[in-house]
Amino acid sequence: MLDVLIIGAGVTGSFIARKLSQYQLSVLLLDKENDVGNVTSNANSAIIHSGYDPLPGTLKAKLNVRGNQMFDDIARELDVHFKRVGSLTVAINDEQMNMLADLVKRSKENGVPASLLTKEEVLRMEPHISKEVKGALLAPTAGVIDPFNLVVHCVENAVDNGVKLHLNEEVIDIKNNSDYFLVKTNKEEYQSKVVINAAGLYSDKIASMIEEIDWKLIPRKGEYFVLDHYDVGLVNHTIFPLPSIKGKGVLVSMTSSNNYIVGPSSEPNDDVDDVSTDSYTLSEIRRQATELVPDIPFNQVIRVFSGNRPTSTRHDFIIESAKSSKFFINVAGIESPGLVSSPAIAEYVFENFISKLFNLVKKENYNPCVKKYHVLNDMDVHSRNEIIAKNPEFGKIVCSCEKISLGEIKELLSRSVPPKTVKGVKRRCRAGFGKCQGGFCSPLVTLILAKHYGLSPLDIKWDKDQSNILVEEVKKL
Amino acid sequence: MIKRDLVIIGGGSAGMAAAIEAKKNGIDDILILEKDSVLGGILNQCIHNGFGLTEFKEELTGPEYLSRFANQVDELGIEYKLDSLVLDVSENRLVTYSNAHDGVVTIEAKAIIFATGCYERGPGAIQLAGDRCSGIITAGTAQKYLNIHGFLVGKRIVILGSGDIGLIMARRMTLEGAKVLCVSEIMPYSNGLNRNIAQCLNDYNIPLYLSHSVLRVEGKKGRVEKVVLAAVDDKMKFIPGTEMEFECDTLLLSVGLVPYVSLLDKLHADMSSTRGAKVNDQLMTSIPGIFSCGNCLHVHDVVDFVTDEGRDAGRGAANYIKGLSNKQKHLEVKPGNGVSYVIPQFIETDLNNDITFKFRVRKPIQNVFVNFSSGEELVHKVYKQVLIPSEMVMIKISKEKLTNVKDEIVVSIKERE
Amino acid sequence: MKEFTCIVCPRGCRLKIDDELNVTGNSCPRGAEYAKNEVTNPKRMITSLMRVKNRENCVVSVKTSNAIPKGMIFQVMEEINKTGVNAPTNIGDVAISNVLNTGVDIIITKNIK
Repeated sequence: MLDVLIIGAGVTGSFIARKLSQYQLSVLLLDKENDVGNVTSNANSAIIHSGYDPLPGTLKAKLNVRGNQMFDDIARELDVHFKRVGSLTVAINDEQMNMLADLVKRSKENGVPASLLTKEEVLRMEPHISKEVKGALLAPTAGVIDPFNLVVHCVENAVDNGVKLHLNEEVIDIKNNSDYFLVKTNKEEYQSKVVINAAGLYSDKIASMIEEIDWKLIPRKGEYFVLDHYDVGLVNHTIFPLPSIKGKGVLVSMTSSNNYIVGPSSEPNDDVDDVSTDSYTLSEIRRQATELVPDIPFNQVIRVFSGNRPTSTRHDFIIESAKSSKFFINVAGIESPGLVSSPAIAEYVFENFISKLFNLVKKENYNPCVKKYHVLNDMDVHSRNEIIAKNPEFGKIVCSCEKISLGEIKELLSRSVPPKTVKGVKRRCRAGFGKCQGGFCSPLVTLILAKHYGLSPLDIKWDKDQSNILVEEVKKL
Repeated sequence: MIKRDLVIIGGGSAGMAAAIEAKKNGIDDILILEKDSVLGGILNQCIHNGFGLTEFKEELTGPEYLSRFANQVDELGIEYKLDSLVLDVSENRLVTYSNAHDGVVTIEAKAIIFATGCYERGPGAIQLAGDRCSGIITAGTAQKYLNIHGFLVGKRIVILGSGDIGLIMARRMTLEGAKVLCVSEIMPYSNGLNRNIAQCLNDYNIPLYLSHSVLRVEGKKGRVEKVVLAAVDDKMKFIPGTEMEFECDTLLLSVGLVPYVSLLDKLHADMSSTRGAKVNDQLMTSIPGIFSCGNCLHVHDVVDFVTDEGRDAGRGAANYIKGLSNKQKHLEVKPGNGVSYVIPQFIETDLNNDITFKFRVRKPIQNVFVNFSSGEELVHKVYKQVLIPSEMVMIKISKEKLTNVKDEIVVSIKERE
Repeated sequence: MKEFTCIVCPRGCRLKIDDELNVTGNSCPRGAEYAKNEVTNPKRMITSLMRVKNRENCVVSVKTSNAIPKGMIFQVMEEINKTGVNAPTNIGDVAISNVLNTGVDIIITKNIK
């Protein structure tokens, strides 16, 4: 019998798992994907929002602001790239200037540091912003983060502290057997005292397995451009337009890895599995982004992608127990600002629900930190040579665009949440993230994975289970 | 600090030729840094024939062609390090590389030659619409999987782009048992060599759809299931009602090559529209002592010309090390009407007997003059029956003709009346 | 009159040949010869791979020593597919001699230690 079963190893489920791993509980984290954080957490703006924007009084406002404050510790403990670059919300006409004044008021209500900048101040800080700019709201606590390793390291930390992780398991049925839930997946059956539904885009489906629900998900798709590292100092902050009912609008930002990201669009999308991109939407993003930052070097685009956000009919985070059982907790509708809120959501779920359901005992050996990763690009020459002397594979570079070594890739494979796919390697260490997008290194990564797992290269996937890369070995005698 | 006269980054056809030529020009202290585990670069995977007609008057395969130069590198005792990637180059010519044996090492070089080749534009660069599934792969990567590792990336293939690697791969994959359904090219003309259309497509009845592109890729389960093509008008907009659907497992991309020189970008060297560096008649970039040649300067269609350009860079670097290449003048070479780029971009020394101008035209054109003019004055004029963008044009002009030219020279295309 | 693209060199001349085998459009004698062969007995070089039996996951590149009849391309491929070689290989080694009695050999094009 499990104490807690968490459905969904996205950023929300992962932080809940990590929070619970502090206590003597048997916790299982399930995900239908072959890697953690592979859906919404994998495809978003990767912004740690300051929290000036959500309506005061909402869970979004409260948890965003609290989450933001937690990220310095989280980034350190989980060894994740994070920079508080600050955000600028830019007004380009007088009407928008009036709206900015409202936003300043709202940020005060939400308890978020923010100040109004004049046109001159904005242009001094961000010379590439449109000369049409009238002024901007500066929110210095906003940041950018590596969203991939945030989830991977968070789950790794939870696993290292005793949480069990099962991937490739899709929940197909849940029964409320009064003193426990029977959770059936495509592979196994589990009995658990508590179930936490953190299934993201599928949370409505999961919630409906035990009762009728009074909310619905209306997912919205966001498409993005990613630009190469491009040493032009295009923007130093995250640049937002004024928010609208559709969301925060098309932003232009540097990322935690010094790339630039432009997007998202925000269109309703019935089909949650559809993460395609289309040229009309992309050109619309381009049009809107260049209104704010006219000279974005779009010839440096290395990737376009899209992700779906689990927007709900309540337009706020849904964090509550089921009507029929206080042991079934829905954590749903976690759209933007979900990434920044996730550690605060975990705290909220713990304080308001879990702590009231169990007599909790803290683990003595709980360690909030992951074992430090060796990221060669962050090291000085001396430390690099020290580690190469110990293990020469850290000297052999596999990804020449991002300069990622064989040692770093192999180290990933030795961790508690190792990558199984080429994309899994890419998300963790950036091999294949550069200019050539894996053109040069993906064959090498495929062979490294095959060798490590004792598989034929034919069995190595790019991403999902049906995403094999190779179809046939030639010249079989 | 280790000091070397000449460090060459990249041991492919350009790098090897540069090293051999520099050695022949009296530079003994040379080091080639090659990121791969063998010399030869991309030629290792180009197992088709057609290389070496200019160089050796015979048709060789890529591995055969490269081995002739690799043998020379060995015979001349030129030092090279394999599996060694350059991490950084500084303006004062410090080269930092990494490998398993030496670790991270910085060398102070008198001159550096970039011979780092090019990379393929991928689905992101062309903002390919549709699902981002497996089975969308660049032609060169598919070529590596097949020719080096012995694996086919798909069995039913649609190819986007009529670049030479795509055409070559159409034939290679057909021979190895895959079905290539078609090649789609967004331009109204092919970007590959005519002979590759003939021997790689026509021979195997593979249709080439000009003025067509991929409307979307479908493959929600994880692997390409369908590619939808449609015709485009002269503004490259899709024409409704022209859709063609192909059930397939692979979309092979052959949509352009880009010089692979992020280290020069980082140094803020003056860059050209080719996305390689701007160079002078010695193939020196705007940073003194740093040279560039081969596909990292501009993408070539014939390897023999890469070799030749490598030699020019090797000679240029040797001249520089020997202190011969002080700037004597400053003549800027600019592309004019109908020309997309010209190399070299500057003429600064009097060391060459004649200057070979290399350029490409913007679109296929017939019955034209190539004019080299300076202000009102026509310096040189050459008649050409046919010029196409996929073929680099080379025109040699003697030093005498250029002696009195001041400031700039413009290369342009003029239709013959 | 037939028209086709010459494949002898990267130049890709547009060749014309009439019923009396007079060739026009060529820039060199090899083009004329190619055009005549193309209408009488079209031939092609082929390049491919062969399995290296005594090395793990290893293939080696090969070519025909001369052009083979175009109609025999896939038959020759079958011979290449079912034959393995042993390393070390040297450029120029004969992997299959006189393949299918064409008088053409299959030649190794890469050195493998």
